[in-house]
Amino acid sequence: MNAIQIDDLHKHYGQVQALDGLNLQVQKGSVYGFLGPNGAGKTTTLRILAGLAKPDGGTVVIDGEREQSPEKPSLHIGYLPEEPAFYPWMTPLEFLNYVGEIFHLDGHTRKIRISELIAQSGLQDAQKRRIGGFSHGMRQRLGFAQAMINQPDVLLLDEPVSALDPAGRKEILELILSLRGQCTILMSTHILADVERVCDTIGIINSGKMVIQSERSELLNRYAVSALDVELANGSSTRLEEISRLFSQVDGVNAVTSEQNVLHIQTADVQGVSQRLMQSIVASGIQINKLEVVRPSLEDIFIRLTGEGRVQA
Amino acid sequence: MNLWTAFKKEIMEQSRTRRLLIAIILLTSFGMLSPLLAKLMPDIFAAIPGGEQFAGLIPPPTISDAVAQYVKNITQFGVLLSLLFCMGAVSVEKDKGTAAMILSKPMPRGSFILAKFLAISLTLFVALTAAALAGYYYTTFLFAALPLTPYLAMNGLILLYMLTYAAVTLFFSTLTRTQFVAIGGSAGVLILSSILGSLPTLGKFTPEALVTNATQLILDKPVTNWWGMWVSLILIFISLMASWIAFRRQEL
Repeated sequence: MNAIQIDDLHKHYGQVQALDGLNLQVQKGSVYGFLGPNGAGKTTTLRILAGLAKPDGGTVVIDGEREQSPEKPSLHIGYLPEEPAFYPWMTPLEFLNYVGEIFHLDGHTRKIRISELIAQSGLQDAQKRRIGGFSHGMRQRLGFAQAMINQPDVLLLDEPVSALDPAGRKEILELILSLRGQCTILMSTHILADVERVCDTIGIINSGKMVIQSERSELLNRYAVSALDVELANGSSTRLEEISRLFSQVDGVNAVTSEQNVLHIQTADVQGVSQRLMQSIVASGIQINKLEVVRPSLEDIFIRLTGEGRVQA
Repeated sequence: MNLWTAFKKEIMEQSRTRRLLIAIILLTSFGMLSPLLAKLMPDIFAAIPGGEQFAGLIPPPTISDAVAQYVKNITQFGVLLSLLFCMGAVSVEKDKGTAAMILSKPMPRGSFILAKFLAISLTLFVALTAAALAGYYYTTFLFAALPLTPYLAMNGLILLYMLTYAAVTLFFSTLTRTQFVAIGGSAGVLILSSILGSLPTLGKFTPEALVTNATQLILDKPVTNWWGMWVSLILIFISLMASWIAFRRQEL
């Protein structure tokens, strides 16, 4: 059963077609990773789902309720915008209490829920401080807490970990993982490693259209691109460009990309190419630390499907 | 409805951002100073070198001078406060993103707007009450006791005058994301109303007539028409309705 069902969604801003017939289905209880380059339509989609923007056409059904209305946002949705905004004169306790009241939580439930969320978001020491003095990461964590206050059935997260440090990111991702099965999560992010880690289903959007939507494992298998990674030893890492050119001339190599002292080689013939590479390495006196066959990454698939040279938000 | 929840937050904001305190201090100061200045005006002129000749021209101050001074000062600064408090009420929330944050939850947009108007109205009411008490005490002390019921009615009309411009500014604040556009629009209405108010035929149909009515009430002069009051009430209603209609069509 789908918790979110979007059919043929259209939205334009002046001459810009933000969404162009978007279709999207999110299964109940799943964690859905929503990927796409800048301006692809991710935030617009989330804003429509949150009832903050109106579509020009198409239908949106969340938990059986057709379309969010500005006059009647759902009691069962939690929403974290890309840049959560707060009243600077309020404290986290006051803000969460305010949001809890909006969701009609009674005093006792509110108190318990707020203390749980403050602890979960690691804001115990700052719970009585003014939000105006908070760092970006603290705001993001408070934003996550306010989105969770009503124990939503559907949680919409727009770049939920983009402003967090590695430790904060890990905590929020673990929290998202712990919510799997309890609520449906639709999260947009540009950190592909996070999507690989927590999402069951992945949708890639480009120019307002869904390029592909699939379960994570199925997607990785379907778009499997065989590849080899060669890690150069210190002695050879200064010759990166020369070695890169040399490898790209090896028979069977489709493309060579580099990152620091690692060369990423795409090929359809792993066995043959690895033998020929070894011969070339020995003949040229190149020193390497290792040569290994690597599984395709979501980044490879993303770049291939969206035609992006690099991964963006 | 969530109106009460939104109203409590707005009241907290009025207090935390010191708006309530500023309004009380400013209006109470003028409530106090107005009768005092009326009383001391001849003495002030006499104290200025070369001003002695003018002091003789100024008639002895009366209770009418004290009341006129009070009405003039409180309406001027009251309207200024209305404009300043309302100009960013919605526009800043839209610009900063707090409106989107709150309105993605079950907070009706009508309650969001109305709570702001009610909280600002309460702030102005409290500040005007303090000013009225101070004005009453000083006028009674320096001149004579003011008739209580007309004095209350006069302050009621002054409050209505301030709320009219609060509602108009709130409407402009709803239309834009820039608070200076909001205050510009509202100042335009204020200037237009002042110009129309000075015309003999149209003046009685503007909110400016409230100021005249307020003075007439306290000086026991007959109030010949209440058009200013009705126009102001209608303007408040229209401004709030228009704010709500415009706001619910907006994307955040």
